[in-house]
Amino acid sequence: MHDKTIAQLGAGLAAGEFSGEELVRAFLERIARHNPQLNAFITITAESALTQARAADQHRQRGAVGPLAGVPIAHKDIFCTNGVRTSCGSRILDRFIAPYDATVVEKLNAAGAVVLGKTNMDEFAMGSSNETSFYGPARNPWDLKAVPGGSSGGSAAAVAARLTPGATGTDTGGSIRQPAALCGVTGIKPTYGRVSRWGMIAYASSLDQGGPMARTAEDCALLLGAMAGFDPRDSTSVDRPVPDYVAALDRPLDGLKIGLPKEYFGEGLDGEVARVVEAAIAEYRRLGANIIEVSLPNSQLAIPAYYVIAPAECSSNLARFDGVRYGHRCENPKDLLDLYTRSRGEGFGAEVKRRILVGTFALSAGYYDAYYLKAQQIRRLISDDFRRAFERVDVIAGPTSPTVAFNLGEKVDDPITMYLSDIYTIAVNLAGLPGLSLPVGFVGQRPVGLQLIGNYFAEDRLLNVAHRYQQVTDWHRRAPAAFA
Amino acid sequence: MSLGPAEVAKIAHLARLAIRDEDAPAYARNLSAILELVEQMNAVDTTGVVPMAHPLDMAQRLRADEVGEPNQREHFQAIAPRTEAGLYLVPKVIE
Repeated sequence: MHDKTIAQLGAGLAAGEFSGEELVRAFLERIARHNPQLNAFITITAESALTQARAADQHRQRGAVGPLAGVPIAHKDIFCTNGVRTSCGSRILDRFIAPYDATVVEKLNAAGAVVLGKTNMDEFAMGSSNETSFYGPARNPWDLKAVPGGSSGGSAAAVAARLTPGATGTDTGGSIRQPAALCGVTGIKPTYGRVSRWGMIAYASSLDQGGPMARTAEDCALLLGAMAGFDPRDSTSVDRPVPDYVAALDRPLDGLKIGLPKEYFGEGLDGEVARVVEAAIAEYRRLGANIIEVSLPNSQLAIPAYYVIAPAECSSNLARFDGVRYGHRCENPKDLLDLYTRSRGEGFGAEVKRRILVGTFALSAGYYDAYYLKAQQIRRLISDDFRRAFERVDVIAGPTSPTVAFNLGEKVDDPITMYLSDIYTIAVNLAGLPGLSLPVGFVGQRPVGLQLIGNYFAEDRLLNVAHRYQQVTDWHRRAPAAFA
Repeated sequence: MSLGPAEVAKIAHLARLAIRDEDAPAYARNLSAILELVEQMNAVDTTGVVPMAHPLDMAQRLRADEVGEPNQREHFQAIAPRTEAGLYLVPKVIE
């Protein structure tokens, strides 16, 4: 059962081949067996999963249910889950039991999906390797010496290792797409505002967006359909109908205009990754697409602008962790200032501290114009680059990440090198566009991802373009040998 | 721009973040490297470019001024480090 996609599991449940309870037991067993090695889950919710599965089975007996009823999933530990620890990968929330459900959690619960547990992640989603997690890094199922990517590394590893058929992730600068690429799974970051951020612990509010990770575009379509939609509790949620993503999957690609940004194929891109990506582009040509070169001239400024904007927003968002209302509090504070500074100093890890400090500096008196305002102007230029490109093409394609998964420990002491892992994904968040990564091959044992970038609210088109490729290739069906 | 341990201590104070003295030089090094990275922005003339604070051009929604959320004080305070009589306890602020 564990090798079936969500669509296949849904069909099996509908046909009565197995019950939701049997399905959940099978996945819980796999998690118990493999998680000690992979560290993909921070918390396993076996008991409530069985309760949810039995409820889904009962609903099914009583009448028609949706395609996700009884289907097991996992949530990145950034989404608040009522009554269940929500750590965000941080010591400061190690004992935080969320008192409510995030909208995404609520919606997937309502669709009948069964929550197996909470997945590992870089602390507060700040990282590209999962190594900043307070709980230690998740590992890449394709090679346990390699990182799974980040920040949604636990979700990517769990999906790749068949510990769950699907999972939620969040993406502020590449945190769904880069781990999806490094673990050989499919993941989509929707347009900013498409999926509610309510109950999703904030890192950089103008960039954060939740989305699904699964093995196929079809499964992502099923999950996104349940996750997306207007939420009055999120002030930047967009009030716009959610299309039927599954219905749009089969549209032919004849005449589709795919733009290749020349800046995404230059210096910094690993030669073998480039060859795999070019082979995927050739496949799209065979599927009827026209390949057109485009330019995103300000691409090299995305990382510099991001490392002002994201830290600035994070320094403000993370001010709420003060040791007073919830989360870690230091022992014997001598006064209020000591309570704040020591609770935060003990609760946050090094990378989170670095970003809080950078953001605090960039927003401090005398530096605001030179850093924050400048970064916002660059953000406009980057967004304009995409606007111009989308006047000529339907989607943009390129590598998701410049290399395959690197080894644990390889970049952890050098923040700048780590940041460059997101060089092709970050601009998409700055512009607020949707982006998808799908597996298109390997370099050695390690997977390569192709990134597809769409115009605003073109998630249906991205899923369609990925799905058609997955109809004629089998990279997405490959399983890491140890977890097949 | 290059930062030293003293500047790190100042920023850390603004951020209400305890940084151990022995860690300050490493933070200073990392922060200086990050600032050097972001200063690549200065290569581009952005005179007259309208800053973009947000990806979507939209007006902030307003809601009716009515009570929406029920009072859940006990529920929320159940996870607080220290409370008493419905209040959050912190070290004495006024002598």
